[in-house]
Amino acid sequence: MAKKENKKSLLDTLGESQVWKSIIRSGIPRTRRQRMHAILGSVFLHLHPARLPKHAVKVGYTWCMGGLSFFLFVNLTITGILLMFYYRPTVEYAYTDIIDLAEQVPLGIMRELHRWAAHSMVLVVWLHMLRVFMTGSYKPPREFNWGVGVLLMTLTMFLSFTGYLLPWDQLAIWAVTVGSNMARAHPFIGHEGPGASLLAIGDINLVHIGSDVRFALIGGRFVGEATLLRFYVIHCIAVPFIMMIFMAVHFWRIRKDGGISGPL
Amino acid sequence: MSDKKTIPNASIGSSAENSYKKPETTRRSFLSWLTVGWAAYIGVTGGFFTVIIRFLFPNVLFEPPQTFKIGYPEDFSSNSVDIKYKKQFNAWVVRDEESIFALSTVCTHLGCTPNWLPVESKFKCPCHGSGFRMTGIHFEGPAPRPLERFKISLANDGQILVDKTKSYKWEKGEWENPESFLKV
Repeated sequence: MAKKENKKSLLDTLGESQVWKSIIRSGIPRTRRQRMHAILGSVFLHLHPARLPKHAVKVGYTWCMGGLSFFLFVNLTITGILLMFYYRPTVEYAYTDIIDLAEQVPLGIMRELHRWAAHSMVLVVWLHMLRVFMTGSYKPPREFNWGVGVLLMTLTMFLSFTGYLLPWDQLAIWAVTVGSNMARAHPFIGHEGPGASLLAIGDINLVHIGSDVRFALIGGRFVGEATLLRFYVIHCIAVPFIMMIFMAVHFWRIRKDGGISGPL
Repeated sequence: MSDKKTIPNASIGSSAENSYKKPETTRRSFLSWLTVGWAAYIGVTGGFFTVIIRFLFPNVLFEPPQTFKIGYPEDFSSNSVDIKYKKQFNAWVVRDEESIFALSTVCTHLGCTPNWLPVESKFKCPCHGSGFRMTGIHFEGPAPRPLERFKISLANDGQILVDKTKSYKWEKGEWENPESFLKV
């Protein structure tokens, strides 16, 4: 008896322990079936395929652009949360806090990491889209996931746009002034857009500079204090939250629609 | 033993004959309650989103007032551009030979703020290089139309009153409107 127990490897003992089984839900996976169950039994792993064809993960084919986009997103989340400990989104402090982040906050690179990762993410997301287009990976049954991807790309752009304002320098203020002026031209709900003048009672316009969609976005008639706070909240909470939901759908649908980049 | 009727605990106390009532739900009443249910759901959801969207439109703005006094007509010398009110109120006060008018400082290209260059006698936008004459008429760069003018009038105390809630566009012929300038 004692001899037999000695033969048991550490891994086996671990795999049969209650702690292992309560967390992993299955023992040490030995067969293909058990391995698949181990993947499906984990909330983190089950978004991914249980098995992969070898050709599908060739870097020359996928460029790993989807994976890199996600890596950069995680990177930006971590550096972004760290920046929030020092940055205050007010007209009085925003600009000087950004200077401080480079000049006297320990290491002095967290903001640079965030900035470069952000630039890279925009680039990588575009390249991911290019790759998917070039390999025809948008074709049925993957057309819905292409749509989700376009949405994710738009949200990436919006994150980039809202983050642009936060340093509160001249470049930021005027770039967002120019960018948010696009919302003026939105049909019906932008005060300079087509149809906006139709929404009127007598000669009182319902859609004017103080009530249109741009006003709701920037919280005033021009880019100011309210805009900085609004963009901060949108940048740090609202868009990342929405993005995570769509990313879960995106990853899960890759598996459901026939796996990563394989022929159907 | 077997023929003895077992009474479930739950029905003890109720009379044995009437313990079961035929449900009065008919197809018709089911559908009308379904309609009521959906209407309530749509109402509550609509209300929820209405509240959220309304919340995004502030009641009080911490911005300079839209209507403001800028002093007396004789404070402005003729053929000059006054940039005093640019920073706070986003307006230039221009006096030419026969009138005073208030120009918007918002470039009609993409909304930056041009600078008044007295030597060249023009407004020049630093963003994309649009240029405007003293009158507000565009003549160079990408701006598609002249600067807008604000409503201007004399207040009871003789000071000039500018009202930014009303603006006048040249391309609509609105500069002819007597509210858009002050005769001097």
